[in-house]
Amino acid sequence: MSILVNKDTKVIVQGFTGKEGTFHAEQCAAYGTKIVGGVTPGKGGQTHLGQPVFNTVHEAVAATGATVSMIFVPPAFVSDAVMEAADAGINLAVIITEGAPVKDMMFAKAYAVKKDMMTIGPNCPGIITADECKIGIMPGFIFKKGNVGLISKSGTLTYESANQVVKEGFGITTAVGIGGDPIIGLSYKDLLPMFEADPETHAIVMIGEIGGDLEIQAAAYIKEHITKPVVAFIAGQTAPAGKRMGHAGAIISGSAGTAQEKMAALEAAGVTVVVSPADIGKAIAKVMAAL
Amino acid sequence: MNIHEYQAKELFKKYNVPTVRGHIVFTPDEAVKAAQELGGSIWVVKAQIHAGGRGLGGGVKLARSTAEVRQLASEILGMTLVTHQTGPEGKLVQKVYIEEGADIKKEYYLGLLLDRALEMPIMMASTEGGMAIEDVAHNTPEKIIKVAIDPLTGFQSFHGRKLAFGLGLPTEEINTFIKFASALYKVYMDHDAEMIEINPLVKTGDGKFLALDAKMGFDNNALYRQDQVREMRDLSEEEPTEIEADKYGLSYIKLDGNVGCMVNGAGLAMGTMDTINYEGGKPANFLDVGGSASAETVAKGFDIILKDPNVKAIFVNIFGGIVRCDRVANGIIEATKITNVNVPVIVRLDGTNAIEAAEILNNAGIANIVAATDLADGARKAVAAAKGE
Repeated sequence: MSILVNKDTKVIVQGFTGKEGTFHAEQCAAYGTKIVGGVTPGKGGQTHLGQPVFNTVHEAVAATGATVSMIFVPPAFVSDAVMEAADAGINLAVIITEGAPVKDMMFAKAYAVKKDMMTIGPNCPGIITADECKIGIMPGFIFKKGNVGLISKSGTLTYESANQVVKEGFGITTAVGIGGDPIIGLSYKDLLPMFEADPETHAIVMIGEIGGDLEIQAAAYIKEHITKPVVAFIAGQTAPAGKRMGHAGAIISGSAGTAQEKMAALEAAGVTVVVSPADIGKAIAKVMAAL
Repeated sequence: MNIHEYQAKELFKKYNVPTVRGHIVFTPDEAVKAAQELGGSIWVVKAQIHAGGRGLGGGVKLARSTAEVRQLASEILGMTLVTHQTGPEGKLVQKVYIEEGADIKKEYYLGLLLDRALEMPIMMASTEGGMAIEDVAHNTPEKIIKVAIDPLTGFQSFHGRKLAFGLGLPTEEINTFIKFASALYKVYMDHDAEMIEINPLVKTGDGKFLALDAKMGFDNNALYRQDQVREMRDLSEEEPTEIEADKYGLSYIKLDGNVGCMVNGAGLAMGTMDTINYEGGKPANFLDVGGSASAETVAKGFDIILKDPNVKAIFVNIFGGIVRCDRVANGIIEATKITNVNVPVIVRLDGTNAIEAAEILNNAGIANIVAATDLADGARKAVAAAKGE
């Protein structure tokens, strides 16, 4: 078991024949992901990486039965691509592209919700179910199979935490990089119940950042509904107020969204909060031993 | 990206958001000329810097004669203005805005920004105009009226009515307010703004609403399609090293500690700063080298970090995913040949080909490069090195 994606998930790639799309689609296929085709307008009918290329997502879905789309189109075209996927009946769009305008994502997300399409990202590493299916740009070999679910706003911290979990002798069920932009798709409070319901997931790692209040919402949700142990780290405890730290989402405005506030809320919800990200693996070892 | 008050008001005027007439000037002579051209008997001399709280910091003054305009302009031009948003070092004032006086009957606050939880713009109004809105939100949150605007409906009159009645405006002023707010929403959406703040929004003696101040910030991801906004960028308001870093695809922010950091990924970069802090040190900067970490970008990263004389050690923390650690190791060695690195460099490379990378670094035999096994080990060694241990 796992959440959202597994070895049978059929995936198409929007922006299939571009440089990024090509490189990562190939890596994903090598990991075992069922890449069943891709979309590049104007290149329909061609074959790329041994798979069919379509002009539209509708055609791709009809021909392949794909339920998930991995999106690599340039930032200016992201909202169009997301809306096309939603319109074509895709269930889950994984948006890797970095730099999409916030206004575009606002409209694209609203349309996706209306069409019952889940989204992950943008500006994220994607989703991986260990040893089964990788939809994104993460280095697959770090994610050994095991019983820890992972949700993270940050790409490299996802790798860092997965690596620590594996070094402690445990492994990952599914890891989801949700991205740190102001508007994102699936968030902690959407993914936590999925991990709670997944019998293979025994504990959850949650990586947050300064800015916004998703972690506060997550804390409230955990307190009420999550029985599995959660280990959390919030990046940006030492970030000065009002400064951007790369991710557009990581802005502190006023008192809301500080690392301290989020850490306190999570602790109050019974979460094991680590102050240093170097302690994530050890904290998981401790909660797993107590199960 | 942020712009100046006078620039935001230019955008307002194009959208018929009523504001006060004024001119931007760089010298006291120009200030007097601007005042004469505006006419009237009362003017406001306003420092133009990218920070709020200018009035409280002494950067906004009232003049009752052109002689006073000259006097105040010469005082404010060239001053280092310190406000609650500039930090203690303040900001140098290089231009002032000369504005005609307004007949102020009452001051309000009006703001527009993205509500991340609702995923739509939210307009906020308050009767507590002229105060720091952060304080109002903290002390008397009931005095802030909010209305979320679904992008699918856009700004409708009912949004405006909710705010106007919430502010307690008399019925005859409601429509004037709605027109103002509706035009402001259009300014926000059309320019990919991240934030607009009018503090104060004033009601004049004859029942008009005027933007007496204006603050605007924009979504950097959308600047590619906002030519007019891009042209308003004032590089003199930004940190020179941050601009230089940006040119090389590096994201750099200077901090006040002594342990320099070079990391791939924004989250891990913040996490690295937090680890340094946890181990008893203080980070000197945030630096995200992005995905490639080539010899050139690493060399540029070293250059930028070492421009800060406080830096006593550098912690390079790269988690190699797609980027292979052996390449990064070679990049670091190359970088030390391109640029002179005269402080200890603690290198932690993990992920793809980490073992090969460690061998490369050890075999290179560079005296001031120290290998670290993991994040905690690297942070500890960097903190110790910065303390001269």
